[in-house]
Amino acid sequence: MVSIRGLSHSYGELEAIERLDLEVPAHGVLGLVGPSGCGKSTLLELIAGLQQPSMGEIDVGGDGDPAERLGRCTFMPQRDMLLPWLSAIDNAALALRNRGVRRRAAREQAGLLFERFGLAGFERTRPAELSGGMRQRVAFLRTLVAGKPVLALDEPFASLDAITRAEMQAWLSQALAADPRTVVLVSHDVEEALYLCDRVAVLSARPAHVVEELSAPAPRTADRDVAVTDPEFVAVRERAMAALHKGAR
Amino acid sequence: MSRWALPLLVVAALIGAWQIAAGSGALANLLGLEPLLVPSPAEIASSLWENRSLLAENAWVTLREILLGFLCGLAAGLAFAVLLRLSATLRRAFYPLMVASQAIPILVIAPILVVWFGYGIGPKLVVVALICFFPIAVNATDGLRSVDPEATKMLRTLNGSRLQVLWRLEWPTSLPFVFSGAKIAATFAPIAAVFGEWAGANSGLGVLIREDSANLETARMFAAVAILTAIALALFGLLAFAERRIVTWR
Repeated sequence: MVSIRGLSHSYGELEAIERLDLEVPAHGVLGLVGPSGCGKSTLLELIAGLQQPSMGEIDVGGDGDPAERLGRCTFMPQRDMLLPWLSAIDNAALALRNRGVRRRAAREQAGLLFERFGLAGFERTRPAELSGGMRQRVAFLRTLVAGKPVLALDEPFASLDAITRAEMQAWLSQALAADPRTVVLVSHDVEEALYLCDRVAVLSARPAHVVEELSAPAPRTADRDVAVTDPEFVAVRERAMAALHKGAR
Repeated sequence: MSRWALPLLVVAALIGAWQIAAGSGALANLLGLEPLLVPSPAEIASSLWENRSLLAENAWVTLREILLGFLCGLAAGLAFAVLLRLSATLRRAFYPLMVASQAIPILVIAPILVVWFGYGIGPKLVVVALICFFPIAVNATDGLRSVDPEATKMLRTLNGSRLQVLWRLEWPTSLPFVFSGAKIAATFAPIAAVFGEWAGANSGLGVLIREDSANLETARMFAAVAILTAIALALFGLLAFAERRIVTWR
């Protein structure tokens, strides 16, 4: 579904990504971890068609055209970016409104997911009145409602406290099980990446290249605490940490 | 205590002090003027009442110039800001010109406008609109540019076209800036209208003030100034009220 071959990208003299190859099959969930500033977010924006690579190819659904990539990916930034002047449901329905769907129909369509996402009753609430976890759920719902096959998630839970982050990881895992999509997830948290993803690519310091690609222990249990303390999970996490240290040097 | 109590108390104290100083002739003595030329607030209020028809008639003329001129300046300022936001070429070409336009002494060119367009409402509208244009255009331009780039990226991947990004994201983000510019413009608009009238007009509070100055009708001059101040405050208050009703997320 997402295929990256020989990708290099630079900003003037600054080389951000160097000869990078990655493959994400349809409905696969790929995690990207690496040192801060190594170019993970840049890679995500390149995949989503928000930037053009300096060299190499990025295919999303068999098409390398940036406009086509943009049409097949939804980008979820680190902060929820909910528009404060819109209600939760109008935020969630943004992609539909942009497609020309009338407000009422867009609300009805987005409203179907509110119950499933534990947001029933908060449809008309403004973002400022929602908790951090609820805001992230609305932001993810907005990403799903766009109806695109590929989700580019840039550290979606980085701004949350540890407890809420753990809850949101378990919640996202279930949400993706119920509504499978092809996902590229950037995270600074190895445990989060291994818990949520099928495979995790450990990137080096800038210019980023893949140091090691790891398969996450499968099958994933619904109970996050059980999953992350499983000996097999712990072993893979140690390998990922070692690769991370190696790439940071 | 309501938030208005303290400023009202200060205004009442100032008016009271003025009344005592002017009523006793102390203020005229201090300024070395005839007491006739330094009216007290009570005399101004009395003049306001006695000349209410004349003042209302002229105030209506000036109010029309202020409101229409302000609306023209608002429309032009917003249109300019949007065009500059949509086109990088236009932005590079016109933004420095917009800033330079502020160096033109608009009040001084009012007589030229009268020569060109006559004594009608036209020249006054141009002067008021030109004065209002700059604060609105600059604030709106800054407001449209203040959008978080991450939000723009997010909206683009949510099928947002350039115009949809402008309408759904940049325009609402810019509204607090637009209101700030409009409130500044509202306080300048009455001054601009009066200058426009001084350059050439048959009626309006500016004309009345000029005539009263020649006839030493100082109480009525102050009454006209009080009306102009009230217009500016009312316009500012109206905009502040609209801002509270529209920009509800701040």
